[in-house]
Amino acid sequence: MVDNENKTSPNNSNSAQDPSRRKFIKNTGIATGGVVGGALLGGLIGNSYKSDDTSTTKDDTSERQYDESRMFFTRFEDFKVLQQATERIFPEDDNGPGAIKLGVPYFIDKQLAGEFGSNKKDYMKAPSKDIEDVTTYQTLMNRGEVFIEGLRKLNTESQNRHDTKFYDLEEADQDAMLIDLEEGKIKLEAVKSNTFFELLRQMTIEGAYADPLYGGNRNMEGWKMREHPGIRASYIDVIESEDFQKLDPISLKDYQQ
Amino acid sequence: MAEKLDKVDVVVVGAGWAGGITAAELSKAGYKVVGLERGKDKTVEDFIGAKDALRYDARFEMMEDHSVQTITGRRNSDEEAIPLRTQDDNFEGNDVGGSGSHWSGVTHRATQFDFEAHSKTIEKYGEDKIPDDMFLQDWGITYDELEEYYDKFEKMAGTSGEEDPLGAPRSSDYPTGPMKETPAIKLFKEAAKNVGYHPFQIPSGNLSEQYENPDGQTINACQYCSYCMMYGCDFGAKSDPVVTVIPTAKESGNYDLRTNAYVREVIHEDGKASGVLYVDMKTGKEYEQPADIVVVAAYTLSNVKLMLLSKIGEPYNPKTKKGVIGKNAGGFTGSSSGVATGFFEDKKFNLAMGAGALGGTFSDLDSDNLDTSDLNFIGGGIVELRLRGEDPIGYNTVPEGTPAWGKEFKEKSIHYANRNLAIHFKPPNYGWSFNYMDLDPTYKDSFGDPLLRVTMTISDHEKNLRKFGNEKMSEVMEEMGADIIDTEEIPDDWDFNQGGGEAGGGVIMGDDPEISAVNNYCQVWDVDNLFVIGASALPQKIPQQTATVGAFAYRASEGIIKYLEDGEGLLVEPKEKSST
Repeated sequence: MVDNENKTSPNNSNSAQDPSRRKFIKNTGIATGGVVGGALLGGLIGNSYKSDDTSTTKDDTSERQYDESRMFFTRFEDFKVLQQATERIFPEDDNGPGAIKLGVPYFIDKQLAGEFGSNKKDYMKAPSKDIEDVTTYQTLMNRGEVFIEGLRKLNTESQNRHDTKFYDLEEADQDAMLIDLEEGKIKLEAVKSNTFFELLRQMTIEGAYADPLYGGNRNMEGWKMREHPGIRASYIDVIESEDFQKLDPISLKDYQQ
Repeated sequence: MAEKLDKVDVVVVGAGWAGGITAAELSKAGYKVVGLERGKDKTVEDFIGAKDALRYDARFEMMEDHSVQTITGRRNSDEEAIPLRTQDDNFEGNDVGGSGSHWSGVTHRATQFDFEAHSKTIEKYGEDKIPDDMFLQDWGITYDELEEYYDKFEKMAGTSGEEDPLGAPRSSDYPTGPMKETPAIKLFKEAAKNVGYHPFQIPSGNLSEQYENPDGQTINACQYCSYCMMYGCDFGAKSDPVVTVIPTAKESGNYDLRTNAYVREVIHEDGKASGVLYVDMKTGKEYEQPADIVVVAAYTLSNVKLMLLSKIGEPYNPKTKKGVIGKNAGGFTGSSSGVATGFFEDKKFNLAMGAGALGGTFSDLDSDNLDTSDLNFIGGGIVELRLRGEDPIGYNTVPEGTPAWGKEFKEKSIHYANRNLAIHFKPPNYGWSFNYMDLDPTYKDSFGDPLLRVTMTISDHEKNLRKFGNEKMSEVMEEMGADIIDTEEIPDDWDFNQGGGEAGGGVIMGDDPEISAVNNYCQVWDVDNLFVIGASALPQKIPQQTATVGAFAYRASEGIIKYLEDGEGLLVEPKEKSST
């Protein structure tokens, strides 16, 4: 179990290094006539063709990000507060990019525009009761409404305290306000402040590490910081290895058909 | 007014393990079976490429839609219950396959002690060992009697494993060999041996090799890809009803599986069930499906809710401590009672790799092997070090005292991302007079029926077990050479969370109708053509219930066939006098 990331592992030529699933097909006996469901076989073959096409994917950073405009937030002001708040939660440092460079604010914007933001699969019937020491989601406001309430409150509270907008504060002052929010010292209307804070914290982490499909984890930089290999077909040949396997990450775009 | 459909032999509510096994066994035997599943249809094709942690793990793709129903919770009878509104707070499997699709695959059997917890405690330690208010009960069946059904389940599921050196007798070896041993598992096993334990590989429903089961269904070999628990398997390599019993039932030509069919009530009169009432969720239309036999095999919580809504059996009353439906609720306070997390500065593990049931375990501290004479609790628990495959959204393990966000959080969560391991201690949740389920007086589901209400607290007994678990797990973790060891904080009370298909009890099994709802065929004492199968039948919530639920379903199927062939009546006569 030596940290072997700087050396070339003897296992480097195996399937876990290979973004295609051809090696996997051999392992499971599909290519040699093993019995599998037809649906599975179809999926695998489709994928092996697919990975041929994408093995030369170029990282063209000059390309415009057409998916980065606001889908949920109507006021730019709210979005600016969101950008700064997420950056404080997951700041840029020596490890790599922070929330803004990872696309987290746009990730959150997209999530709030969809069924998660409108609590489509949640029980939202009245009455809303409160138990003091219980932190479960009890507000009848949906997550989108909770974000609007919380972000605007950060700005008005910042105006009261510092006579300036939240997004223009020094980092230390932003942190202090977020701690007050987390501890319930900044009160919100119709929702506990830590319900909002916990949502903001959780969604920031999600935006850093979810598949890039959702608009965050830009260029898989979140995964790279963690040495996370992303989405791979198989580790069967390396799971017993004593060495740490540093593998370039693969996203769903290159995995699914 | 509900439209009355043509009568069939058997109607089965639910298409997870319990419903799927029953449907497969009865349809193979030639009976006409209608299956009613509230969720969507699922086949293996739905799971191909489903390696999306946001969608499946963080957003609970495979779980119940709470806009239709959820449960409410409170910690004691004086508190007003609140709804568990989000899937973070309450999740249970939905769709064809149910919890049997998203489960981890850990396939432990119950211990011999579990089956006879009440009489064995008295025999070994005396009556005084049992705390006041604990409803410790025998199941009305022994391990030896259920063994052949465990064997059937494992052979159908293809379970991969090796014999527990201290385990209960088995009639045959696991159908497939144990999963691979990773460096972390080796480290755990060596440390456990040094402390004096007898470790072995966790019995697993993530298969070590391709396997064809006796029904002719093929389960593929696990690829250790990590997208396992909370997901359907990309490769059809998990023991899953969608891969096994559901296709078996369908191939019989006798199984009519209707999806988006939400069952609201079991219709019954004078001790006989005549069918069920369900809503087609696509049209909103109500149907009555008559049948000779009604099988309720939904998730624990829906089984209990259906019994209460249908007014079958006497609801449990915490004041008088009489009644049975809703009694012995367990599994809400977390499946682990004692966790030691170790952080390693000079070792890195491949934590992104793994499978739901990949890991090591030992049973030296479980109830058959642990002498609790000088300990302040009953029973014991299983121990697990698992490598499920850690996705960065769900796993940000940092040493105690690290902030939950900001600069230090980011640094430490990245530093320790591949440098931590955890050992869990998992005892059963015993029944208590104050932990139960009934109908909520305030909150309704989308049909206007009351939600199920759970009243649940953490007993001192459970806190003692957690302390014990923390200590013992830390000893092993120390032997493993961790630089920092954190143990689980012992909670004061229930945190209003029900997650992971862990709930049990409410329609419990026994030999005495005064204290149980079903007999050891899962046959309802009061309505003999109604069978309620699931973890709802467990008098105490055992840490890994799937294999036992599967065994119950095989035994119940045998009982149902007997009932249909030999004519009606109870398959087991009630015991005259209660032993509790």
